[in-house]
Amino acid sequence: MTDAELLERTWYVPRGVLGWLSVADHRTIGKRYLVTAFAFFLFAGVLAGLMRIQLAVPNNRFLGPDLYNQIFTVHGTMMMFLFAVPVMEAMGIYLVPLMVGARNIAFPRLNTYSYFVFLCGGVMLVATMLLNTAPDVGWFSYVPLAGPDYTPGKRADFWAQLITFTEVAALAVAVELVATIFKLRAPGMTLNRIPLFVWSILVMSFMVIFAMPAVVTGSSFLLMDRLVGTHFYNPAEGGDPLLFQHLFWFFGHPEVYIIFIPALGMVSSIITTFTQRPIFGYTALVLALIATGFIGFGLWVHHMFATGLPQLGLHYFTAASIVIAIPSGVQIFCWIASLWRGRPRFETPLLFVIGFIIIFVLGGLSGVTLASVPFDLQVHDTYYVVAHFHYVLIGGAVFPLIGGVYYWFPKITGRMMDNTVGIVNFVVLFVGFNVTFFPMHQAGLMGMPRRVYTYPADMGWNTVNLISSLGALLLVIGGAMLIYNMVTSYLWGAVAGDNPWNADTLEWGTTSPPPVYNFLYPPVVEGRHALWERTAAAPVVTGGRLDCRECLVTDVMDGEPSNKTEFPGPTIWPFVAAIFTSIMFIGSIFTAWAVPIGTVPIAIALILWFWPHAPGHDIGAPEEESTPVVEARAS
Amino acid sequence: MIVRALLLVAAAAAAGCSGNQNVFNPAGPAARDIASLGWQLFIVCGAVYLLTLLALAWALARRRVPSDDTVETTASLTRTVTIATVLSIVILIGITISSVVHGRGLTSPSGPGAITLDAIGHQWWWEFQYRDLTPSDFVTSPNELHIPVGVPIQIKAMSRDVIHSFWVPNLHGKRDLIPGQVTNFWIQADTPGVYRGQCAEFCGHQHANMAFTVVAEPMDKFQQWIRAQRQPAAEPVNAEQARGQEVFLQGPCVMCHTIRGTSAGSRVGPELTHVGSRLTIAAGTLPNTRGHLGGWVLDSQSVKPGNRMPPNALTSDDLQAVLSYLRSLR
Repeated sequence: MTDAELLERTWYVPRGVLGWLSVADHRTIGKRYLVTAFAFFLFAGVLAGLMRIQLAVPNNRFLGPDLYNQIFTVHGTMMMFLFAVPVMEAMGIYLVPLMVGARNIAFPRLNTYSYFVFLCGGVMLVATMLLNTAPDVGWFSYVPLAGPDYTPGKRADFWAQLITFTEVAALAVAVELVATIFKLRAPGMTLNRIPLFVWSILVMSFMVIFAMPAVVTGSSFLLMDRLVGTHFYNPAEGGDPLLFQHLFWFFGHPEVYIIFIPALGMVSSIITTFTQRPIFGYTALVLALIATGFIGFGLWVHHMFATGLPQLGLHYFTAASIVIAIPSGVQIFCWIASLWRGRPRFETPLLFVIGFIIIFVLGGLSGVTLASVPFDLQVHDTYYVVAHFHYVLIGGAVFPLIGGVYYWFPKITGRMMDNTVGIVNFVVLFVGFNVTFFPMHQAGLMGMPRRVYTYPADMGWNTVNLISSLGALLLVIGGAMLIYNMVTSYLWGAVAGDNPWNADTLEWGTTSPPPVYNFLYPPVVEGRHALWERTAAAPVVTGGRLDCRECLVTDVMDGEPSNKTEFPGPTIWPFVAAIFTSIMFIGSIFTAWAVPIGTVPIAIALILWFWPHAPGHDIGAPEEESTPVVEARAS
Repeated sequence: MIVRALLLVAAAAAAGCSGNQNVFNPAGPAARDIASLGWQLFIVCGAVYLLTLLALAWALARRRVPSDDTVETTASLTRTVTIATVLSIVILIGITISSVVHGRGLTSPSGPGAITLDAIGHQWWWEFQYRDLTPSDFVTSPNELHIPVGVPIQIKAMSRDVIHSFWVPNLHGKRDLIPGQVTNFWIQADTPGVYRGQCAEFCGHQHANMAFTVVAEPMDKFQQWIRAQRQPAAEPVNAEQARGQEVFLQGPCVMCHTIRGTSAGSRVGPELTHVGSRLTIAAGTLPNTRGHLGGWVLDSQSVKPGNRMPPNALTSDDLQAVLSYLRSLR
């Protein structure tokens, strides 16, 4: 049996329904995460289209306030919690192990668990929308509006538990990614050789770990106020509505950087590949990412300038909000310098990156205006803010993401996406985006508040709203073109080969799509641009056991091999635990007893999940101990 | 610059037809201050944006030369990026200082002579209370705020239910009304006129239709208005109005509304003592005409779905009588 065959058998992906539910490898789960997140993106996009129809003309009766409020709440909640964060983590799940030369993501069963928890939470929200009982208090669910007195029924509880679902899933993935990046890197991948995309995922994961607990606390307090009569937010009993805002925005502002930072990593990857030169200012870019990660936690109060907090405190948050423009500026300058120095190849991924710079810089600058307390007091909660955050989130995250889809599609599917359709796709989306969202700046300055289901005809807002709605039509066409290109390329696209773009990072050093074991022999990294600097007789790691899921563990700083570990194989128990977790979460919307009773089956599933077993039990008798060694071998 | 040009067009268009809820059509010192800060920000940020785009265009379009890969090129790029970063930092510090300086003036009134009033947010209407030393001289004006021009008005804002936000763009930025707290701020109008304000914090079903009117007028006209508002409701002067009052007082209307001088004294909904004098009904949603008022009384849910007023199945004669009575309350 050759090494490849042995690895194929060891890292098998189980088949059948049970196998589908048991699978524990990062590529399969990563792809599922991607497809699911894109499905939620489409759903939330359709909701946005309905809103633009409603707002196209004044006094429109297409949607009533009840439905409109549900739609904008679900649109925001879904885009943030079920699309943006998961899709970025999904890119990390799929790409990071490949980029660092690992065979799998750390804690692969936890990965499977997180996917099913995420899926169940998302399905719950879709179901509430389709049943016309969706949350209708905004994606931010401010109390007391979302409290027991003003939103009777279960709508706000669905929102609160959706948060729990998505945060459990996101936290699990963040932990896996941090462990993978710190401990599973290929030998030789020192900290200063880590690809920028991996750095961005690392910073994002730490931000998830520190930001998400705040919102889970906030939404759990809300659930307890609603379900068991606590008074965390009830001013009559000594609670405080502002507590919720602090908890929410302490998460909510880092959240936008959680979404945006991985996109920056994609931009760096694409620019490196499509200029065929090392990125300009690697160290500055890494430091900028880390600085953004830290400063991102110091600005949350700029969402609360109008709440009447003391002036001195507000000015601190103005200064912090303005400071974060500096690392963003440094990154933009470094990318422009990279493009200046390199040999740009204007293919679809690079076009999306150029579009990103044009849109994102405008959004960043309107963000600077929002950091100013006096100006913010005027434009806060108006369409100016809606324009701003769509510029930074669509321009800053979705454009690089689509660029990333065009870029990594060949690696994931083995087929190229059509470049001509891609270019037209870019033009339609770029024009459509600006036509839709630029006029919203004006609408806001002309006094149009956010979250209104209709507006009077004599306010002067008719033209700008009609233009926005027509632009949304272009975005729909652009989205359809993207799907068309993905589907047709998946079925009939040109075969990609291992490294169609001549890229520098390790994921392009294996086949497209990668084998179940990722790399026949884990590579050894000799420089920052692993594939460009690979010598003819590139060393690889050999000598490890191939008959069990053994992986090399390396040192955090220098990527030196330190020991080895055996990865768990597929099992049904993470799925079972995810189902019981979902039952407990949904049950606790209706009765507090769901928590003590519901944890029992979860505990049982977890015990079976972690049931110890002899090493290599999947394959038969363990062989003799062997030590992995780094040796030169032409790969 | 593009931004600025477009904004100029927008501001001009807005000022022409409907500038009474517009950030860049200031009618008071605070809004004027913010508008000038806004222009400053747009000009500076517009210039930065333009320069960035030019740099990007140059980077993409320039002819490539073999010396691009040399160490000298990298060193000069490093210098350029460093200079650009330092320049951005200088600009950002400037913006911060300007913002703090503009912000200082907004927290305290421009001069003495402030009058004080309470602004209370309800789902989905506004209540303005003018206090006086004599409790019988209190004036309650729903959804219509009258202020004298040229003097600072101290506002004590609170909410009866959920968080609302008080916003009259032509006069000042917004301020949240948070249940359990009293928020103090001030506004001032220098130009007489009618300005529109609107709730800016999402507050449920009818957040979109929670507007109010600010009438800024010279002090003597303001005094005249407040004297008129202090009077109890006008007595019916003809049989139809008398019948209207009877229908009102014997129907469900009294469960929520006050008409001072009658037995109607509930404070759940807006006070109607001088409803006939107001410019709009339903919190700035409809002009105060007989037809709109009739539609509102019969079936307010078709106008503002989800609002707290139930439909009233009145006979045609009773409806006309009630309308005549309400419109006589000036």
